[in-house]
Amino acid sequence: MPDLVIDTTGLRKIYGSKVAVADLTLQVPKGEVFGFLGPNGAGKSTSVKMLLGLVAPTSGVARVLGQAPGHTPTMGRLGFLPEHFRFHEWLQAAEFLDLHGRLLGMDRVSRRHRIPELLDQVGLTDQARRPLAGFSKGMLQRVGLAQALLNNPELVFLDEPTSALDPFGRRLVRRIIRDLAARGTTVFLNSHLLGEVEATCDRVAFIKAGRVLRTLGLHDLEMGLLHVELRVNALTPELTSALQSLGLAFRVLEDGPSNAPRTSIAQSSAPAGSAQPLVRSNGSAAAVAEADGPTATLELTLTDEQLLPVIAERALASGARLYALTPRRLSLEQLFLDVVGTEDSGQ
Amino acid sequence: MRNITTITWLTFQEARRRRTALAALLLGLAFLAFFMTGFTLISNSLNRFDNPFTRTANYNLLLMAGLYVVHFLLIMLAIFASVDTVSGEISSHTIQTIVTKPVQRWQVLLGKWLGLAIMLVLYLGLLSGGMFLGVYLLTGYLPPNPVEGLLLLMLEALMLLSVSLLCGTRFSTLTNGLVLLMLYGVAFIGSWIEQIGTLFQSDAATTLGIVTSFILPVEAVWRRAAYLMETPLARNLPSPFSMGSVPSSAMVIYAVIYVVVAWLLAARAFAKRDL
Repeated sequence: MPDLVIDTTGLRKIYGSKVAVADLTLQVPKGEVFGFLGPNGAGKSTSVKMLLGLVAPTSGVARVLGQAPGHTPTMGRLGFLPEHFRFHEWLQAAEFLDLHGRLLGMDRVSRRHRIPELLDQVGLTDQARRPLAGFSKGMLQRVGLAQALLNNPELVFLDEPTSALDPFGRRLVRRIIRDLAARGTTVFLNSHLLGEVEATCDRVAFIKAGRVLRTLGLHDLEMGLLHVELRVNALTPELTSALQSLGLAFRVLEDGPSNAPRTSIAQSSAPAGSAQPLVRSNGSAAAVAEADGPTATLELTLTDEQLLPVIAERALASGARLYALTPRRLSLEQLFLDVVGTEDSGQ
Repeated sequence: MRNITTITWLTFQEARRRRTALAALLLGLAFLAFFMTGFTLISNSLNRFDNPFTRTANYNLLLMAGLYVVHFLLIMLAIFASVDTVSGEISSHTIQTIVTKPVQRWQVLLGKWLGLAIMLVLYLGLLSGGMFLGVYLLTGYLPPNPVEGLLLLMLEALMLLSVSLLCGTRFSTLTNGLVLLMLYGVAFIGSWIEQIGTLFQSDAATTLGIVTSFILPVEAVWRRAAYLMETPLARNLPSPFSMGSVPSSAMVIYAVIYVVVAWLLAARAFAKRDL
């Protein structure tokens, strides 16, 4: 049994007649970057609030760092960036961090040392003496993130940490999460941004209507199938046979100037290393008109990265003009839709 | 203890940064200047009379009029300063990063209560102390029982502070403000019913007034304070401060218990509330 940082059984929260969280049962071992995924209104934030003692569960049991949620001394070992990052806006950034350092029980010396370090880490060194009232949402989220890391926590809850951030900020958050993971900190990342989760998490749980539908390790999937996007001027019969000779499954994402919509693919029906070509477009892949420019986009499914240069060679040898050959990791988006369902709840 | 003082410090900072403290100070000084000008003008004309008895009674009457305004301002300030402190931080979610620190929720509440209470003490000290000092320097007059009287005025402010925190843990800022003002209105009218009932010897009206005082004993405590600080002569002059019936010291004890119980209920409600 690994050292569990979060361990819940049947956690449930009902507001009046509305079930916010139906049954939250999950285990997060120490040192893991855990992604908590779900559509809006699935109960992600309520779950985090229950784990932090902000919201009392209607029923169920939870242990966070071995204690009941909200256990006062244990809160000093946690970090939390709330979804609604609103702070005392009349405080300056450095004062805000100092206040939270004081509440964490940090002494003056360690606060003086730690605060500039964190401001630098989130890129706000020049804003240290500015009141938060003048901060943009992105800056507030950054300073909120610094606040969550003041005490070098063992467990950090980040609730939608990049919701207000530009691409620089997102990259920064990703780097911070990786640094935390490298130091052995457990990260509980609440998000509906699949890219963030895909880039940082070890394991994800899919939640819908307050219930964990599925938990899976992302590393396992990485070792599985690899999707490669291939863009060429046209999908010629020569190219088709060249790819088929490699025993590759592929599907046509876009073919010709008509910009056909993406077709869906069932993950399980693409056997790894299959010798069977898998063509899932309407009609024959070979029956394609030739045109200039990159008009055909294919998605190949392969099991070994070493095939990438070979694909390029064969494609060129077949006479195709190659515009792009882009390997993509497992499509978490596809997985998300598969697990959670495609129905948009509109919440 | 450190957590409590940190929150108290934060409450001060908020009043300072939002210029609430500055506005209260400047307006308080303006009020004092205005009062002292009026007092000087009136005391100059009183000096033409030789009867020290009448003079003292009139000084006392003027001072009581000033204190009545201070009592009212202090109550309003207690309401306005505290009405948003809990409900506002809950609705803006600011409270979430505070209470997820190794801090007990009651410590946050006590820190806020203390911060606001200290500011109200300072405000009362500025206004009433300034009035007493000004009058003393000008005429050498001090009312009887000034310390007891001012302590009772402070007790009124603390009552509203505790009730405000209690309501703030459950209601929105606007609702909380409305509840507090209505409670004060009931206490105010109840006090007058009691007075007039005594005047016209209607026992039922007097009893109704006394019962109303239990809902929020602010006016009852004010009348006790005014009674203590009035000269026997002034008590018998017709004025808004002369009393038909004077609340007993039991009402003061009730008020102290009221402050404590309201605070404890606030702490319990805050600890249980989903944030």
